[in-house]
Amino acid sequence: MKQVSSWGRLSADPHEVLALSDRSRVSGVLASHRSGIAYGMGRSYGDVCLNPGGVLWNTTGLDRFIDFDEGTGKLVCEAGVLLRDIQQLVIPRGWILPVTPGTQLVTVGGAIANDVHGKNHHVLGSFGDHVRWLKLVRTDGEIIECGPLLRSDWLAATVGGLGLTGVIVAAEIQLRPVAGPWLDTETVPYANLDEFFRLADGSEAEWEHTVSWIDCISGGGGRGLFMRGNPTDAGERPAPRDWSLTMPFVPPVSLVNRLSLRLFNMAYFNFKKWWAGRAIAHYEAFFYPLDKLLQWNRIYGPRGFFQYQSVVPRETGQDAVQAMLREIARSGDGSFLAVLKTFGNRQPVGMLSFPQPGVTLALDFPNKGTRTLTLFEHLDAVVREAGGADLSGQGCPHAARSI
Amino acid sequence: MEKQKRIVIVGATSAIAEHCARLWAKEGHSLYLIGRNEERLQAVAVDLKIRGAEAAHTGLLDVNDFARHEAVIDQAIKTLRGIDLALIAHGTLGNQKACEQDFNAVLQELNTNAISIISLLTHLANRFEAQRHGTIAVISSVAGDRGRQSNYVYGTAKGAVSIFLQGLRQRLHKSGVHVLTVKPGFVDTPMTKDFKKGMLWARPEAIARRITKAVEAGREVVYTPGYWALIMKIIKVIPESLFKRMVL
Repeated sequence: MKQVSSWGRLSADPHEVLALSDRSRVSGVLASHRSGIAYGMGRSYGDVCLNPGGVLWNTTGLDRFIDFDEGTGKLVCEAGVLLRDIQQLVIPRGWILPVTPGTQLVTVGGAIANDVHGKNHHVLGSFGDHVRWLKLVRTDGEIIECGPLLRSDWLAATVGGLGLTGVIVAAEIQLRPVAGPWLDTETVPYANLDEFFRLADGSEAEWEHTVSWIDCISGGGGRGLFMRGNPTDAGERPAPRDWSLTMPFVPPVSLVNRLSLRLFNMAYFNFKKWWAGRAIAHYEAFFYPLDKLLQWNRIYGPRGFFQYQSVVPRETGQDAVQAMLREIARSGDGSFLAVLKTFGNRQPVGMLSFPQPGVTLALDFPNKGTRTLTLFEHLDAVVREAGGADLSGQGCPHAARSI
Repeated sequence: MEKQKRIVIVGATSAIAEHCARLWAKEGHSLYLIGRNEERLQAVAVDLKIRGAEAAHTGLLDVNDFARHEAVIDQAIKTLRGIDLALIAHGTLGNQKACEQDFNAVLQELNTNAISIISLLTHLANRFEAQRHGTIAVISSVAGDRGRQSNYVYGTAKGAVSIFLQGLRQRLHKSGVHVLTVKPGFVDTPMTKDFKKGMLWARPEAIARRITKAVEAGREVVYTPGYWALIMKIIKVIPESLFKRMVL
């Protein structure tokens, strides 16, 4: 038994971890045990990848490529392959993952099970939209292959299904063509939510990737930075140097607090405002800014943190976001990583998938016990009234009441 | 590595070997993978070709089938049309307690982790000596630096291999052939799945990076991760009269 946590570090319960490394033996391993859940890189915030006291099937050893058709961009691989390794393999050959979340340090299986979305949702939807086929192994020994036209009910249940339909062993993804690893980007500061929505609506037609960082503690005014990008052919230029920093230990208290947040937000906003404008960015810097800070989740201290993410319909969106920001500013809690984004008008493949048309706000909150949960209840009330949903996959304990 | 190399790997489905193979595949080299399990070898070979290997052939061998060693090695060299690098990476981690009670278990351990390696090296050494270029790399272990009560059967095998490699290195130096002894510390792989992992445990990807760099640099002995060189230096100087009282 070993202690396993998810990314939010809210718990560290003992699990019986079985490492899967041979795709031909997976059904043998699963059939000999009770129920369990698959665990890849453990980047889920709440408890969706955990099974305290029970079995955990670690999939990171299932990391082989199975087939890559460089003509059509169809990639087949084992489910423990990291999105990072796919990008590094395919981008030099003119292909790229059509949808990628804010970190590339997740497995294909995890990306499917959470139906992750990225900054280009309004153009290319979520990860599940690009899965052509997957192979699922269940504890009764059954092996299920499914796709959009083959047992599609199984695909719909597995995409966004949080691993509850079985262990994904392999999948086929349709990649999209790309000229190179560069993006033409623009950073536009905004002073309030009106300006944000004007930027968001105005960017949809011409920009593939859009996202914004919002200052969650400046009193609900809603200032922030709008970032947008398009893949581009920037010719041959040297790739940025490979670097990373690791947070080597867990500080005794959360480093994210009222004071540090105010200071950070002020510094970040003004620094970025100064650098605002157009620039050519490398895909790693644009898509995965936090990946260079290994173990950044430790900065929230020993009690860990929650992620709160909700989506509200566009019509009620502005008022709802305003109300949520006011609640958050009042609480004094919040995170430096606060994301505001509009989703496109698309229906996801998965039955339990999160993205729906509207605007989404995502924040991390240091775990302050009931105080944090009460804040979430207030936020939930705002979201419910606006007709939206929260990302219960992130494991907030209050979510069960909201579904 | 700029020039394309022909690389033979014994124990190619093991975690460290597979990660080394991936780094070499990315550089476009040609590989010959030797192991016991056909299906797993195929899965690895297909993956390596996608990652950029010029070629990835497979050959079946149970290393304890000593009679077949020469033929398998020759087949590998023939298929690759030569050989620039051989990596011996197979091994098992037997049960020390079981070995203490049953000599058959000991014999099995010594055959797999020492004798079979020595047999392969005998054939490889002669071929490399004749062609007067190339590198032989073998994964030994820090366990071979000094016997300790928790794993001295495994340690004996690895120690024997390390000493054999010292002699081989000296002999082959005259022919311009490099011999690399790799001594990993604790590595998190399927072989060590039953151990509780702590701070000193390394990932096979990191070990593989060290190995490929060491081969390129023409190193003789490399501890990986590097801090094991210091740890073992200290362990080795402890006087036996004191060491025997320690619980290690």
